[in-house]
Amino acid sequence: MSKIQATFQRLQAAGRKALIPFITAGDPDPAATVPLMHALVEGGADVIELGVPFSDPMADGPTIQRASERALAKGMSLRKVLALVAEFRRTDTNTPVVLMGYANPIEAMGGQAFTAAAREAGVDGVLVVDYPPQECVEFAATLKGAGLDPIFLLAPTSSAQRFAEVARAGSGYIYYVSLKGVTGSANIDLDEVARRIPQIRAAVGMPVGVGFGIRDAESARRIGELADGVVIGSRIIEEIENSAPGEVVARVRDFIKGIRTALDQIGETAR
Amino acid sequence: MQMADTPYQFPDASGHFGPYGGVFVAETLIPALDELRQAYAECQRDPAFVAEFEYELKHYVGRPSPIYHARRLSEKFGGAQIYLKREDLNHTGAHKVNNCIGQALLARRMGKPRVIAETGAGQHGVATATVAARYGMECVVYMGSEDVKRQAANVYRMKLLGATVVPVESGSRTLKDAMNEAMRDWVTNVGNTFYIIGTVAGPHPYPVLVRDFQTVIGKECKVQMPELTGRQPDYVIACVGGGSNAIGIFHPYIGEQGVRLVGVEAAGEGIETGHHAAPLTANARVGVLHGNRTYLMQDEDGQIIETHSISAGLDYPGVGPEHAWLKDSGRAEYVGITDAEALQAFHDLCRCEGIIPALESSHALAYAAKLAPQLARDKILLVNLSGRGDKDMHTVAERSGIHF
Repeated sequence: MSKIQATFQRLQAAGRKALIPFITAGDPDPAATVPLMHALVEGGADVIELGVPFSDPMADGPTIQRASERALAKGMSLRKVLALVAEFRRTDTNTPVVLMGYANPIEAMGGQAFTAAAREAGVDGVLVVDYPPQECVEFAATLKGAGLDPIFLLAPTSSAQRFAEVARAGSGYIYYVSLKGVTGSANIDLDEVARRIPQIRAAVGMPVGVGFGIRDAESARRIGELADGVVIGSRIIEEIENSAPGEVVARVRDFIKGIRTALDQIGETAR
Repeated sequence: MQMADTPYQFPDASGHFGPYGGVFVAETLIPALDELRQAYAECQRDPAFVAEFEYELKHYVGRPSPIYHARRLSEKFGGAQIYLKREDLNHTGAHKVNNCIGQALLARRMGKPRVIAETGAGQHGVATATVAARYGMECVVYMGSEDVKRQAANVYRMKLLGATVVPVESGSRTLKDAMNEAMRDWVTNVGNTFYIIGTVAGPHPYPVLVRDFQTVIGKECKVQMPELTGRQPDYVIACVGGGSNAIGIFHPYIGEQGVRLVGVEAAGEGIETGHHAAPLTANARVGVLHGNRTYLMQDEDGQIIETHSISAGLDYPGVGPEHAWLKDSGRAEYVGITDAEALQAFHDLCRCEGIIPALESSHALAYAAKLAPQLARDKILLVNLSGRGDKDMHTVAERSGIHF
């Protein structure tokens, strides 16, 4: 069983929800990333999604675009992201790390070479935004062969046929994009999420994390009531942007703590 | 040749031209592309749709566009005869409008009242704004802020036509970034919005859609050339940025083995300087961008790099996947023309023939200027004059130190 699967099982057994924060590697600078990852864990993160910056982040809103541009301006690259994961692993061997990014940097490195290097560095899962399952059959198999989980997106508009394709190609968890649009958008449709999550869980047989549009403890709690996990990204990047240089780590940790507390209240009210 | 026996049937059902093309987009766009593919398949089978498209091309665009024998230019170059396919005479001044009409009719059929587009030089933006006005649709055009500066006149034209022009400030602030932003708009407003892509790139079915609407260029040529010269040309030459005018004129000729197809990319300051927009000529690495796999200008780490060309319309780091396939299969050849060479051809056509060409099309002309003297006088070069140069007055004048 992969570290990601074990994490979701452990949480489910305890009646808890997975908190999955996203940060862009190298933002605001490469030296900040590993301390930020530890701060996320201290704040209560269960899985970390680490963004690999790309020059053309088509699926991202302005906040994560800015994070990518800052990271690239500081010389961040896919190889350096892997080095950061390896550094994080020296002191944290438990928290699953999922790389999230676009296809081209991986293609430039080569799917096999990337998979070997990612495994070596201690990566647990990979989500390539512009690799739908039908375009990455071989790559997904390579990841699985190396014990890494290929994570796929599903959207409010996805058909039952897509559920089946993703169930075949993916493992670990499903990242359900809760609304139409790019990362950081507003207007989450809770009724839609409530209707879709059970369908997806049943069809795919994997835990479902929900992201896009989760802004604060309240929206996290509401989504947490419906899903197995909550992904929060743009809002953390904003926290990083709005912090003075010395206080970034502390502010991100406190912000995540607030979300954690809200998520843990779900279990308590249920009990 | 092998290819003569096997009919050319690309892309396959999933949108692949050999290893190129495909559907590399986030899950949120998959249903929209499925819907588009289905709607387009229905339209292709519907004689009423085809008839309306053809009616609009004739009465609104002014097709067929003539082919013109550039005698004085041929004389100047000294060698093969140069014929120009006059896409510059279309309404809006370039080939772009052919595709815009097709996609706007498709949008109307699909019940989408809002169209969006990306634009580099502004020609596709103007063509989209034009058809949006023609069919009473809301229109938003994304344009890199660098290009907004370079093409001020076209920005004003789009506004006159009722479009909203959104300057894009992200990345390199050029065509690729405009395309990113248009994709983001589409994914957000997919219910009421049709994305009119201007070139033969993007996720399947766009490369097919745009190609099919542009093949009117080549189909006309196949009829016109024998009428004019008694035969088909020896070479068909067209500029390639994303490659829509080139595919439009090449595609009907793919099965004609006697006709050589030459795509002319922007070599900018020279391939060897790295400052260019010629991924095929430079043999750039293959990668994934804007929904398809193709040759891409990129660095070691797979980041897309800034391209350079005097012509905004060719300033794009990728190239349509069908061109990537035509290069690999050997059916078409791809060459580079520098800024300086294109400018020289621009001036030559102005002076010899009284035609002011677009800087994009000047690249194709410049290659004809190189090739013609190496060939006998009875050889025929057909050059796609994809657009007129009014929009480039500013750029050309500035190069000569003239400021309006």
